[in-house]
Amino acid sequence: MSELVAHVRRHVVDARLSVPLSGPPVTALFGPSGSGKTTVLRVLAGLDRTRGSVRFGDEMWDDGRVFVPPRRRGIGYLVQEHALFPHLSVRDNVAYGLHALRPVDRRVRVEESLTAAGAAHLAGRHVPELSGGEAQRVALARALAPRPRLLLLDEPLSALDAPTRARLRADLRSVLVAQGVPTVVVTHDRAEALALADRVVVVVDGTVRQTGTPQEVFDRPADPDVVRVVGVETAVPGRVIGDERGLLSVRVGERVLTSAEVPGSQAPVPAVGDDVLVCIRAEDVALAAVDGPAAGSPRNRLRSRVVGLSDQGALVRVDLDAGFALSAYVTRPALDELDLRLGAAVDAVVKSPAVHLVRRAA
Amino acid sequence: MDWQAVALSLRLAGLTTAILLVVAVPVAAWLAFSRRRWTVVVEALVALPLVLPPTVLGYYLLVAFGTRSPVGRWWQETTGSTLAFSFTGLLIASVLYSLPFAVQPLLAAFAGVDRRLLEASSVLGRSWPSTVARVVLPLSRAGLATAAVLTFAHTVGEFGVVLMVGGNIPGETRTVSIAVYDSVQAFDTATAGRTSLLLLVFSLVVLTATYALQRGRLAVWPRP
Repeated sequence: MSELVAHVRRHVVDARLSVPLSGPPVTALFGPSGSGKTTVLRVLAGLDRTRGSVRFGDEMWDDGRVFVPPRRRGIGYLVQEHALFPHLSVRDNVAYGLHALRPVDRRVRVEESLTAAGAAHLAGRHVPELSGGEAQRVALARALAPRPRLLLLDEPLSALDAPTRARLRADLRSVLVAQGVPTVVVTHDRAEALALADRVVVVVDGTVRQTGTPQEVFDRPADPDVVRVVGVETAVPGRVIGDERGLLSVRVGERVLTSAEVPGSQAPVPAVGDDVLVCIRAEDVALAAVDGPAAGSPRNRLRSRVVGLSDQGALVRVDLDAGFALSAYVTRPALDELDLRLGAAVDAVVKSPAVHLVRRAA
Repeated sequence: MDWQAVALSLRLAGLTTAILLVVAVPVAAWLAFSRRRWTVVVEALVALPLVLPPTVLGYYLLVAFGTRSPVGRWWQETTGSTLAFSFTGLLIASVLYSLPFAVQPLLAAFAGVDRRLLEASSVLGRSWPSTVARVVLPLSRAGLATAAVLTFAHTVGEFGVVLMVGGNIPGETRTVSIAVYDSVQAFDTATAGRTSLLLLVFSLVVLTATYALQRGRLAVWPRP
């Protein structure tokens, strides 16, 4: 299968990654600010050199001896602040990379690209008149116009205000899928990675820590650093004290939880005696009245006390003292039904597959 | 007033400006965008005429133009005349002497162009020369105008180099500034005064225009 394979070594970055050039198109490079994601992207673009190598399918782009300059790589590159040419009109910006086409074809391609990016109505405008969201659509059209073989997006939505970002996020995903161009998008925003990506590559401290579908990475982080950067609401230290045919018992403080690893998880399964991080996503924690009925078969039922309530849009985040700090998301009606107030007692209910264990270094 | 000298000065300044804009753009672009360390050496070389006494520059040019130097010999063999005390020699001297006045404003303007625009251009398939022509120069109009104006004015006002390299041949190398010197030497203070006043007013107008450009008052943003 055709792949982009890169070993990016530059300054403190030492990252190996591969990006499939067919199949679902969007790969997110996800990680905190300063983790080296942008460096990786710039090396893929050829804007920076690497002491490692970059190979696109069977073309060598950079291996220390061979170096293919950015203009010969056939890529589209989009940055946070659009970088549109301020002295050119929207049309001329989009036509900028189409110098090889005949004027007739160029005009057609400009209109096609603007339409694909949802920016057809901006064609006659001048760059200084565009809003942030409009400019980013035009920049996307400009990047798509020359039919790139690889699209590189560096925090494409980060410079936008929240409502514009939300609107553009959904559009961007459908444009990328419709174009079908292999795409690498750098982001530090979990929601953005979830909304855009078919595959997530987690970069921490200049190295690749985990690669997988958004679900795999965000629900089943592979190591404590990934746990931190993907923002698991509950991550508390514990120790494995029992293993009954794959059903692990974990001691957390005074409590004992049951955990079952989901088949195919990338995190190495811990053994009895291992120190672990116990990870539970807040959306996987249900709340039930004390000793009241709970649907189904959850293995973990923890008597807790409410210590914090905070609004999160449609949901309310409930911070609990369950012998350890545990967070849950509930809807507002559920909050009223259970009459949850600060200090109230409640049972937290967690299915065993939702308790994800990450081995800590000894 | 020596109108022949005025015309010669204008011709010399016009040609020098034209040549320098062509020469200075690639030099300034290289200095502004190259990551090589020895750009500083080239930058220092370009700035040398700012600090060197014109007589020193003139002296070296005379040596280079002489028949004992390979350049001077080659020129004499191909054209049959010498560079020293000729208009062409004067033009070469003026180009070198005014080089920093063309390069430095361009360098400042180029350095102010957002790097991301240059990267966008190269990712979109454009070579360096094409990027300079299509992105850097259009965004450096004020710098280009400043470079042209300063080069022109500086060439009109040069004296020492002209005296050393060109001498004082009417219609060939006798410029306005030499004419003033000549008038004073001949105790013709009236002519010297008129010519000096002309140069004074000219210089003042040019500098006012330059500072206005640098503040962007005359730099027209390309809007419809």
